[in-house]
Order: sequence, then C-alpha cells, then structure tokens
Amino acid sequence: MADPPARPDGLVATLTTLTGFARTLRAAGVAADHERTQNMLRAAAHLDVTDRSAVYWAGRLTMCAGPGDLPRYDRCFAAYFGGERPRPGRATPPMVTVVRHTLAPDATGDGDAAGHEALAATASAVEVLRHRDVARLSAAELAEIHRMLALLRARREPRRSRRFAPSHRGRLDPRRTMREALRRGGEVSRLRRRSRRVRPRRVVLLVDVSGSMAPYADTLLRLAHALVRCEPRATEVFSVGTRLTRITAELRHRDPGTAMREVSAAVPDWSGGTRLGDELKRFLDRGSGARGAIVVIASDGWERGDPSLLGRQMARLSRLAYRVVWVNPHKGREGYQPLTGGMRAALPHVGAFVAGHSLAAFEELAERLSHA
Amino acid sequence: MVNRALRAADIPTPGALAELLDAHAYLAGEGLATACFLALKMGRPLFLEGEAGVGKTELAKTLAAVLGAPLIRLQCYEGLDAAQALYDWDFARQLLHLKAAEATGATGAAEAGRLEGELYDRRFLIARPLLRALETQPSVLLVDEIDRADDEFEAFLLEVLSDFTISIPELGTVRAATPPVVVVTSNRTRDVHDALKRRCLYHWLEHPSFEREVAILRRRLPACTEALASQVAAAAGRLRAAGLVKPPGIAETLDWAEALLTLGARDLDPGLAAATLGALLKYREDQQAVLANGLLRHG
Repeated sequence: MADPPARPDGLVATLTTLTGFARTLRAAGVAADHERTQNMLRAAAHLDVTDRSAVYWAGRLTMCAGPGDLPRYDRCFAAYFGGERPRPGRATPPMVTVVRHTLAPDATGDGDAAGHEALAATASAVEVLRHRDVARLSAAELAEIHRMLALLRARREPRRSRRFAPSHRGRLDPRRTMREALRRGGEVSRLRRRSRRVRPRRVVLLVDVSGSMAPYADTLLRLAHALVRCEPRATEVFSVGTRLTRITAELRHRDPGTAMREVSAAVPDWSGGTRLGDELKRFLDRGSGARGAIVVIASDGWERGDPSLLGRQMARLSRLAYRVVWVNPHKGREGYQPLTGGMRAALPHVGAFVAGHSLAAFEELAERLSHA
Repeated sequence: MVNRALRAADIPTPGALAELLDAHAYLAGEGLATACFLALKMGRPLFLEGEAGVGKTELAKTLAAVLGAPLIRLQCYEGLDAAQALYDWDFARQLLHLKAAEATGATGAAEAGRLEGELYDRRFLIARPLLRALETQPSVLLVDEIDRADDEFEAFLLEVLSDFTISIPELGTVRAATPPVVVVTSNRTRDVHDALKRRCLYHWLEHPSFEREVAILRRRLPACTEALASQVAAAAGRLRAAGLVKPPGIAETLDWAEALLTLGARDLDPGLAAATLGALLKYREDQQAVLANGLLRHG
C-alpha cells in the first residue's frame, strides 16, 4: 500500500499539527504511542485533511483503543482544533522514596538472651497484629501490615481450559499419533495422548471505595495489588462507589506505593456514597467477564440506592460467576448481624460471606481463592 | 463474479464507499465508511467493537459483496488453535498414500526420500480460514467474536495479521500477494490485547440513531411502511434507554419488524407487539419489565 506522493507545501504544517494533536491525546491519557501516531498520519494522507471531520475520523480510528477513550478523544479534538495550544509532553513522575517501618524493637538489647527475647517479642507482636482490625491501627502498624500484604503469595484455583497439551494420560491425540506413525513408515507403534491444560481461574475483585469503607479501602486495594501481582493475566479489579472504574492497569505497577498513587488518581469517587445496585448493573452490562470467574465483592453493604435492584443484580451475577464471595470488614466484629438493606438483599446470592478486617482475614481470603 | 470484482483503488473517497455499501442495503455512517475506506487503502485490519447486534458481522458480508470477493469466516471460541485456524495435514490421506506406495512395491533409499517429499505435498494440506484467506485473492476475512478466543490465539493472529504470511515447516512460507481485507469483531466480553488493536483501525459501533434506524428498516424490509418503521424504531429507542439486561440491537429490531409484517401488521398494534416480543427481547425479566411499564405503546 504505497502512500500518495507527498506535497511538500503544507505537508510540514499538517505533520506538525497532527503530531501536536497526538501529544495532546497522550497528555489526556489516550494510549497515543508512536505506532498509532504513524498510523494517524498515514490515514490522514488518504483523506482530505482540510475537511475537519475527515481529520476527526483519521485520528479516532487510529488512536482510540476502546469506548472509554472516545469521550477523552472528543474533548481533546474539540480543544485542540478549537484553538487551544498543544500540551507539553508529560514529565516523568518524580521518584518517591518509600520509608518502610518494621515492628522490630529498638536495638537497645544487650547480649544474646535479650536478642532471643526481642525476636520472640517481635514474632508475637506480628501474630497479634495479624488479627487486629486494620481500622484501629496506628500508621506504623498499618505500614507493617501493608508490607506483609505486599509479600502475600496467593495461588489461584486451577480450572481446566479448552486447550489440550501433550500428556502421558488422557484422551488419544490423533494428530500426534498419526504424525509419529508417518515417521515410522505408516506403522502405528505408540499411542500418543493429550489432556486438557490447566489454567488459573480468573478472579474479579470489586472494591467499595465509598465513605463508610474509607478505613478499609486502602488495605483492600493493597490486597488487590498483591492478587494482581501474583496472577496478572487472570485478575481484574474495579473500584465501586458511585462510578465503576477499572483499575487493573493501575495496579499492575510492581511497587505498591506507585500503584496506590496511580489508583487514587484514577478513581473519581473516593469516599462518596454507594450505589452498589447501579454499579453492579453497569459492571454486568459492560460484559466484563464475570462469566466463569470468582467474583469477590469487598463492601459493607451500605446501599444508598434501592436494595431490591441490588438483589436482582446479585442474582444475575450469581448465575454468571463461578462463585461469588462477599468480603465485609464488619463481619469480623463480635455480634455482627447483616442488617443493612443492601447486605440482606445480597446475601441469598452469595456463595461465601467472609470477614475482611485483619491481615489474617485477608490471608484466609487469598487461601480461599486458591481452592474455592 | 470475476468481472464484478472491484479493487480498492477504484474507490476514491469514503463517500463513494458508503454509496456502494448502500447499494447492497447496508447504511453506513461517516465514521464507519471512513473506517472501511482506510482499511482498504492502508491494508490494515478493521477492528469493530460494539454491543451485540449492531451490524458488525453484517458489515463484513456486505464488504465482501461490494468487492465481489468471497467471505472467509473464522468463528472464534475458547481453545481455538492453529490446526483449526491456520492449516492441518490430512493424516488419513497421507497414510493411505503411504500404504498405496507400499502396495506398489516402492522400496529403497531413493524411493523413500521421494515418498517423503510427496507426503508433505500441498494436496495433503487442509487450509483453514486464515491460510485460505491468504491464498484467495481477493478475499474478505472475518474473524468473528475474537473476545471468545483466548490469549494464545490472539498471539498467533497478531503474527498472521502483521505481515500476512504463514510459515509451514514442511512446505515453506505462504505469502499473500495482496493481503485480504480483514474485519475483526468483538462484543467486548473481555479486553483484547493492545498489541493487536494497535495493528488495526479501531471503530466503536453505536446503536443507530432514530432516523438511521428508520432508514435501515425501510431499506431492508421494503414492505415496511414509514409509519410502522418509525413506531418500531421509536419503541426500540425507548427500550435501549430502559436499562434492560439485553437491550435490542438493530438485528433484533429487524427481526421484530419482520415478525410484525409476517403477521400483517400495518402499524404497531399493542396486541401484536406483545405477541412478537420474543423476536426483540430474549430475557424473561426484560419482557416482563417492558410489558409492565407499557414501553411498547407509542406516546
């Protein structure tokens, strides 16, 4: 596909304008990488660049990667071709040093005996901490919990995929058997077998970030980060409040601190109200693949909207998902009863209802995902 | 067939392509027409995403009709592998050939070498859709519902779509002299890998506007009156705004209008509408909600 011959006059101006537009898109968060920019220029070369709508489509078809990009693209297009100056390229984010607290006692002990005692004390302090409600911890203790969460190794329950792999047992593999036979002059001397390959089952995590969940949201998101890090291709995370937001990409950063900063920039509805029913409907309508996945909802069930809508959506979810797990931080408290309207509507459709207030509870949850 | 074949170079502007699609009863908006036009000119795959039933598959069929090229379709599913999508050797026939050679008494080292060459001959190769698309010129390749396939398939599809070649170890490399027109569709039940999307022109198909939907109904169903078409389109628009489990797409609207016409409806009679609702809505909850709220009545 040869490009039409370039006209030198005006061409430079067009190139400058379009690359400036690409920069504006990139600054607005559209994945306008080099290859896409090249594609836009090539597309524009086939169209009439003096036609505003032709330029609009040349950019939209090459630069956008999903419906989420479209409003952003439209805003940028209106702003850029409406006379606004191109934004400068994004500066690299500053390095942030994360200070890690540990609960090691002050190194004032003298001699071996004191050392052993100190070690024992640390061990039991950690053990106590594992069971304490994260909402009631000091900043240093919370940092220790986060450090331990970052080390969490969460295995994932396997599921049998539809793909086959060579194996010693299982069904006959006609292709490999025949191929082997051909190699031996058409004599079938050995039967080859194949069996279904095993893959990790997908987990979809919905984390409530509304006001009532504020003391737990940060820790739950760190748990989400640990889960994403262990199985990046088989984990999806959304924040739920008044606007469902996919935060999987933000959580893919290796460093938990960076990931948390990216998430807090991406989530528009921190500490607002909760419309779980609406949000869940949006999640299911989006067709985001609850099908066959373990869906974990981390919320206290304080529903501002209509509980019956939540009930209906939970019923839909339970038909699609492999299993629905509800994590409620308050369940760990003594004498807790699921009395809120939302929680009562949701519970009949929940496969497992678990606590989510302490590190021990999170570890138990991670364990549950490894053999649900 | 051959003399009707139209080449990409014969289509000067997106508008001209829209007219050609229109002649085959497909009404494309400016965005979609531009997308198809660029896909033809740039030799890039067209990645169509949108709700189910907005006409993604239909576009590929129409494009094939416009270009006078055969449509080669690859329906994706989980576990789709190279043997199903690219090519496979016909082992049964290879064995038969071998036995036949044995029966005629072909022995000796020279004979064996020749026999081996024969076994991996093109005639024992079964071309699956991707290979067939590279070998057929011109052709339109439809990779339907890629979101149903898994990551492994995406990886080798990307390889094929990058340079339109398939290498077969026993036979050599198959290269398309002119690459096929490729349409990839997705219902977005999961996110497709960005590397694949980057290769493609991406277009998000919306439900049609009221005017366009009326036009499509009239274009597709000549027996449909203006009154019935606008009532059906208005009802479909109301249903899409009603927050149903599965809002009707244009495919369902067409089915519904056809069902109404078959029953001899001249305009949207509430009784007939309720009786034919199964053509439009495929969930019991949706049907109940619609009947309870009187969404079919035009007001």
